Amino acid sequence: MKKNVKLTDFLEKKAFDVRRRTLSIHGLAPETRVASSLSCVEIFVALYYGKILKFKATDLQWDKRDRFIISKGHGAISLYPILADLGFFSKYELLKVGTKDSFLGGIPDPVIPGFETVNGSLGHGLGVACGIAVGLKRKKKKESVFVLNGDGEMSEGSVWEAIMFAGHHKLDNITLIVDNNKIGMLDYCKNVIDLAPLEEKFKVFGWHSETVDGHNMQKVYDILKYLKEKRTNKPKVLIADTIKGKGVPSLECDVLCHIRNLSKNEIDKLLKDKEF
Amino acid sequence: MEQVKQKTMRDAFLEQLYNQMQKREDLFFVSADFGSPVLDKIRTEFKNNFINVGIAEQNLINVATGLALEGFIVYAYAIAPFLSMRAYEQIRTNLALLSQIKQVNVNLIGVGAGLSYDVSGPTHHCLEDITLMRLLPNIMLFSPADWVTAKCCADFSIDVKQPKYLRFDAKPLPAIYADFKNIDMEKGFCELKKGNDVCFVSTGYMTHRALELSGILLKDGINCGIIDIFMLKPFDEKALQKAMKKYRAVIALEESFGEKGGLDSILFNLISGLNKEMIYKNFGFADKYVFELGSRKELHEQNGLSDKVLLDAVKKCLN
Repeated sequence: MKKNVKLTDFLEKKAFDVRRRTLSIHGLAPETRVASSLSCVEIFVALYYGKILKFKATDLQWDKRDRFIISKGHGAISLYPILADLGFFSKYELLKVGTKDSFLGGIPDPVIPGFETVNGSLGHGLGVACGIAVGLKRKKKKESVFVLNGDGEMSEGSVWEAIMFAGHHKLDNITLIVDNNKIGMLDYCKNVIDLAPLEEKFKVFGWHSETVDGHNMQKVYDILKYLKEKRTNKPKVLIADTIKGKGVPSLECDVLCHIRNLSKNEIDKLLKDKEF
Repeated sequence: MEQVKQKTMRDAFLEQLYNQMQKREDLFFVSADFGSPVLDKIRTEFKNNFINVGIAEQNLINVATGLALEGFIVYAYAIAPFLSMRAYEQIRTNLALLSQIKQVNVNLIGVGAGLSYDVSGPTHHCLEDITLMRLLPNIMLFSPADWVTAKCCADFSIDVKQPKYLRFDAKPLPAIYADFKNIDMEKGFCELKKGNDVCFVSTGYMTHRALELSGILLKDGINCGIIDIFMLKPFDEKALQKAMKKYRAVIALEESFGEKGGLDSILFNLISGLNKEMIYKNFGFADKYVFELGSRKELHEQNGLSDKVLLDAVKKCLN
């Protein structure tokens, strides 16, 4: 138990740090989607710093790595500081996001070490993950496939084709994480296409479904660790209840935060606040 | 004997694949609930390397991509218009874009080129795919005219590790090539017959039409050349320019919408680059969908591709 408290403390510090670095990146590259990137910080931190994902930063095609597909590409700039910190690429790259000499764009692509697939067009990740999962099983390999989807992305029909496929083929090496930040681009998702009851929908499609407070570091870590190890002939989904723009008051209360940029002043002010 | 035997392209291709699957475990076949007698053999004997994703073309491409990322050589099989158009953005994102960075050997097998599903109507006709697939960087585009060429595509699909679209006719057609050893895949085309003055340059089913037309013209003492392009992207453009340069006139034949960036524009660009005064005519379908019913021959006649129209075009070039 003591060890767990220590780990949670470590992860919380990392999450705090990643949020600050994400804001710095946004300050340098205002075209990045900051609100969407702030809702999934604890998920990334648990997977990478919590060592739930197996990876080798220096061997991207390592056969024994777990495959992680960031299907909601728009919200992934918060992964850049994590990948840099873990040695996938130099930390200096974080100062160049979106510029001519950089490979770090507003939406990540597999030219960035650590990204497996093309992101940015929504609704592809889970289907590709299904193919990877079938391939791993065919090769009798035990590695896991993780996918991060946005809740707005769940409107894409191709996602549901993949949900049916994974359920039918009992792909228990897949864990889908839905970053349920409840806002798309123009409105709350419930006003556009209401996903509720999402957990039940997954269950009737043959999935094992869990919900978690996506900003409770310990709970996010515990449930992801549990889901990774759970192999009971069902694909697994974690619905992470999150807040879009988490940590930035002006974003948290704005339904249009997806397309809002923070001013340099606002970012500087936030970064001066040690509590942020 | 092979020359006269009628066979579907898909069966010849699948037979070759079946033979390969007996020797190696890295081929994976994914179907969108679409079959063929030879596919029955594959799906019963190689159950572990076959998946039917159901009528879900978007997922077909995505699942195929995932399998390819795990090192499999993948075949994604569906009816051509649904494969090429329902899942176009999946093809763009997960095959065209991704393969520029990572190796993705996914072979899209679209059955039902042009009007080969003649009586099924315009949803099943496929007059757009040449243009659409040609547009995407990193995708190779095959348009064979017979099952011998289709059979060659099977071995090529294993050896060349990048995404490909194979445009197969649905109907059994006679062989054009006597032996697959005569087919130079890298070159991408074959001058089937040398002629004087006028040359047909065709792809897919229209190569059979070109052969018929040249037979008729020969009776009138007109000796037309015939060039069959079976790989529309990439192919040896310089060699094709050289082959066309010998003629006074080139007539392009394709079972696609005409003047929409298909074979017509490939040839137009090459001929323009020759700096030689040549007559160039292209024939394809007009800018409307074909709701009329009838045999393929009748539909061609109703849509400006009758024997008479095409023969007159040749004769006009000679005047």
